[in-house]
Amino acid sequence: MSTILDIQNLSKTYNSGDRHLTVLQGINFSLQAGDTCSIVGPSGSGKTTLLGLCAGLDRASTGSVILNGVQLDNLSEDERAQVRNQYVGFIFQNFQLIPTLTALENVMVPLELRGERNVQRQARELLERVGLAARHDHYPTQLSGGEQQRVSLARAFSNRPTILFADEPTGNLDEETGERVEKLLFDLNQEAGTTLVLVTHDLELAEKTQRIIRIKGGTLVSDTGETESISLRKEEQ
Amino acid sequence: MSDIIIHPEVKRSLNLRWLLQMAWRDSRRNRGKLALFISSIVLGIAALVAINSFSDNLKTDIDKQAKSLIGADLVVMSNKELDADMQKLIDSLAIGGQRSDEVRFASMVYFPSSQGTRLVQVRALEGGFPYYGAIESEPANASRTFRQGGLKALVDHTLLLQFNAKPGDSIKVGDLTFEIVGALNKIPGQTAITATIAPAVYIPRQYLDSTKLLQKGSRISYYFYYKLAPGTDADALVKKLEPRLEEAGFGYDTVNSRKESTGEAYADLANFLALVGFVALLLGCVGVASAVHVYIREKLSTIGVLRCLGVSGKQAFLIYLFQVMAMGLIGSVVGAVIGSLIQLYLPQLFQSFLPVEVTVAVSWLAILQGIAIGLAISVLFALLPLLSIRDVSPLITLRGSVEHLTSQKDPVRWAVYTLILAFIFVFAYFQLGTWLRALSFTAGVIVAFVVLALIARGMMWAVRRFFPVSWGYVWRQSLANLYRPNNQTLLLTVSIGLGTALIATLFLMQRLLLSEVAISGSKNQPNLVLFDIQSAQKEQVANMVRQQGMPVLQLVPVVTMRMEEMNGLTAADVRRDTTLGIPDWAFTREYRVTYRDTLIDSEKTAAGTWTGTVTDPDKPVPISLEEKYAERLKVELGDTMIFNVQGAIVPTVVQHLREVEWNRVQTNFLVLFPKGVLEEAPQFHVLMTHTATDVQSAGFQRALVQRFPNISAIDLGLILQTLDDILSKISFVIRFMALFSISTGLLVLIGSVNISKFQRVQESVLLRTLGASRRQILSINAFEYLLLGALAAGTGILLSVAASWALAVFSFEVDFVPDFAPLLPVFLGITALTVAIGMLNSRGILNRPPLEVLRREAA
Repeated sequence: MSTILDIQNLSKTYNSGDRHLTVLQGINFSLQAGDTCSIVGPSGSGKTTLLGLCAGLDRASTGSVILNGVQLDNLSEDERAQVRNQYVGFIFQNFQLIPTLTALENVMVPLELRGERNVQRQARELLERVGLAARHDHYPTQLSGGEQQRVSLARAFSNRPTILFADEPTGNLDEETGERVEKLLFDLNQEAGTTLVLVTHDLELAEKTQRIIRIKGGTLVSDTGETESISLRKEEQ
Repeated sequence: MSDIIIHPEVKRSLNLRWLLQMAWRDSRRNRGKLALFISSIVLGIAALVAINSFSDNLKTDIDKQAKSLIGADLVVMSNKELDADMQKLIDSLAIGGQRSDEVRFASMVYFPSSQGTRLVQVRALEGGFPYYGAIESEPANASRTFRQGGLKALVDHTLLLQFNAKPGDSIKVGDLTFEIVGALNKIPGQTAITATIAPAVYIPRQYLDSTKLLQKGSRISYYFYYKLAPGTDADALVKKLEPRLEEAGFGYDTVNSRKESTGEAYADLANFLALVGFVALLLGCVGVASAVHVYIREKLSTIGVLRCLGVSGKQAFLIYLFQVMAMGLIGSVVGAVIGSLIQLYLPQLFQSFLPVEVTVAVSWLAILQGIAIGLAISVLFALLPLLSIRDVSPLITLRGSVEHLTSQKDPVRWAVYTLILAFIFVFAYFQLGTWLRALSFTAGVIVAFVVLALIARGMMWAVRRFFPVSWGYVWRQSLANLYRPNNQTLLLTVSIGLGTALIATLFLMQRLLLSEVAISGSKNQPNLVLFDIQSAQKEQVANMVRQQGMPVLQLVPVVTMRMEEMNGLTAADVRRDTTLGIPDWAFTREYRVTYRDTLIDSEKTAAGTWTGTVTDPDKPVPISLEEKYAERLKVELGDTMIFNVQGAIVPTVVQHLREVEWNRVQTNFLVLFPKGVLEEAPQFHVLMTHTATDVQSAGFQRALVQRFPNISAIDLGLILQTLDDILSKISFVIRFMALFSISTGLLVLIGSVNISKFQRVQESVLLRTLGASRRQILSINAFEYLLLGALAAGTGILLSVAASWALAVFSFEVDFVPDFAPLLPVFLGITALTVAIGMLNSRGILNRPPLEVLRREAA
């Protein structure tokens, strides 16, 4: 089993004049290929900041993030963008589909960025997999919230990511739709064998992952399930 | 980058095609918004293309019709009668070809049918002129028949209209009465404006002496038109004769020299108008920058998502740069098409100023130039907001906002500012021809933009700082809108203000120049000038004036002379040594000089003392010079000058310098002689009087012409009317061009209101949800636009006053006494227009129920 994400002594401090605000401090954990993990904590605890740092969307103040063997800390923003394109998938709470592109085009973008061939066929297959083949030429505003999040799932898996980051994936959906999206997320994740990192308030959803990391006041307060996750992997081996 | 990159080919394969495809896809749902900024540059480009197309066509037509500009291969002209030597030269030029002679001078004419009199330019012509082109007349053959025997005249058509005369009627020129055989419509190379200033009356040369109008001292010009022998190169010929012609004080014109001077004159006009168009384009570009700024702000989340998916900052930047380039290109092409259509109208607009018939043709060069300029300048201005794309963080997808996008210290941003200034400077250089002028134009543009921007910022600061907390809610909300986030105060103040400044400056200058003359025409100031009065007629004319109950305000003698030497230097010396910096005309011009013992009230001593009478006839005559004239000639007190007074050599010494108020209707002189020298020299007299009414003036002139046909009268009322006519025509052309700026300002206003509509909808809906009435919201919006419009128009007017002051003092050298009357309608008009457009664009917000809007905006 290889380490997909390795977080070492991670801190993030925002400076505003003479004032310094530390939002994350001394975070350490690592994830292996195929792990599923939730980051939970109250509002303002720093979980979204942590997700951003893990995914290479932001730079840590101290410590390091190693993603699929690549140390992100020394890379420029454009180099990190390339890493994201090759290894990372994203699901956002507010879907973050590009409003000017159709569902199909939204799914195609990561593939096109990789310079792949048969992009349209691959994107259509993914849309079919999330049950939206018939809506491929619709714009995001013409889709419901649940449909938009399914397109977002198709897009997130389109570049066959090594690791998938999901920020409150069902936070903007009603219960029934949320459950359908959850199921789809876990199914796709299992099929692809992707490492999954979820940020959520929803403990019920968090419990569906192998591991739950609790953050409070910017520090890691518990990492339940780490042992189970490791033992589970040992059993699998 | 480390060895982690799995797909090194990705970078290469992310080719232009994909970026263009993304730019295209992303633009599909935003074309309405993008069209807004297209519209801001369309008019600027249209103005440039129209003027440049017209200018190209004019140049071609001047080339094509060059010969008819002067109607001959060569014209030689002189202000003095030929001596034997020059007569020989003039005769020799015609060998193997043809010559036509013309004598021109100003004189009064009398129309017996209407009993009207007017000062005209009499042209006594003989020979076959014009050899190219035609003197256009009605009937067409009249331009030939008037010189085929008999007392016949060809009279300017405006004169005929003015005096209700027609072919077959009579016109009295001096002692002779001629039959009017036709109306003169156009003389080769002459513009309608020239005809307005000096309407011409052609008479046959053979009757000139019998008119008895040519008196000693009269200002007469002699023209000799040549059709040269076949194969003669006119330019080579005059080059050979140049020294002799110049020495004799003769001028000349060949087809090529006239073509060049005409071309240059019109190129200057076209360049000036192109600059006015360019200002409109710059204004539009401010709109572009603002529209792109708002557009990019709305695109931040999309850019953030693209960054999350692996798009680099440069790629994201390129996607939107391509969109802007495409829009800039479309805007420029649309502008070029509109410009090409507008140029169809320009020959009519410029009709009064054109010496040739202008054909209308598509100028591909002007179109390509316009498109290239539009594309370049719109992209340069759009780059300012576009640059921030490079710094959009993917974090925006998680956070929903970012602290700041770009730093003002960004060197690329400063490079763009520099490029914009360089572009303006280079463009201005090509239009104005000198670095200094280009620099002044660029500095002027910067000053105007900076002043407007500072005033807008100052007002935002002042409203915030001195916020009237005790005012009613509606007023407070309107005022607060001026400095809220995403306000349009700066943009609108700059765009509308600049347009207003242009228009208001035109109004101010026109009024100022007219008032300069009008002031002189007020009561107790002379308004009728009689000149060419012979010494023997002096007393009779003065008595006649007094008998009519009019005052003799001035009666001064005028002696014509030429300068032979100045501090020992002759005309030949000055021509040889250009480092002396003494102008040629000092020796070639004819001086009209008066003599008296005292200074008059328009004169003041600047240096030296004025003795006024000659005490020692053996010493050089102590004279007085106008101080600026002395400065130009580099003459100081104590310097010597030798004048040739119609054959008599008179040595003088500069003893006195005067400051002269030229703008007063007085007989003012560059050179003043003391009493006791010129009394016996051939001279004429000028009398100034004041007529109370037009009727009195007309009656007096009629009586004067009948009794003293050689005396001419200049009616100041007529001059004012002519000047007003000319200024109106010029200002109409400039106003037509300034219209592009104003319209662009309005388009930018419409664009700004539209791009802020989303925010206004949200605010209004919230206010309505909280219970605000439609009327209250309407009042808030109306008051905000009222403040914006008033601020922009007011600032523009302030700028125009400053610009007019600078023009008056430095360019026209007149006192700055502005007439503010036309500024009030400009201020009110622009303010009202701003409010109207603002309210028109806001109407959709108010007509919908809050819930519908909330749902729509949420969707």
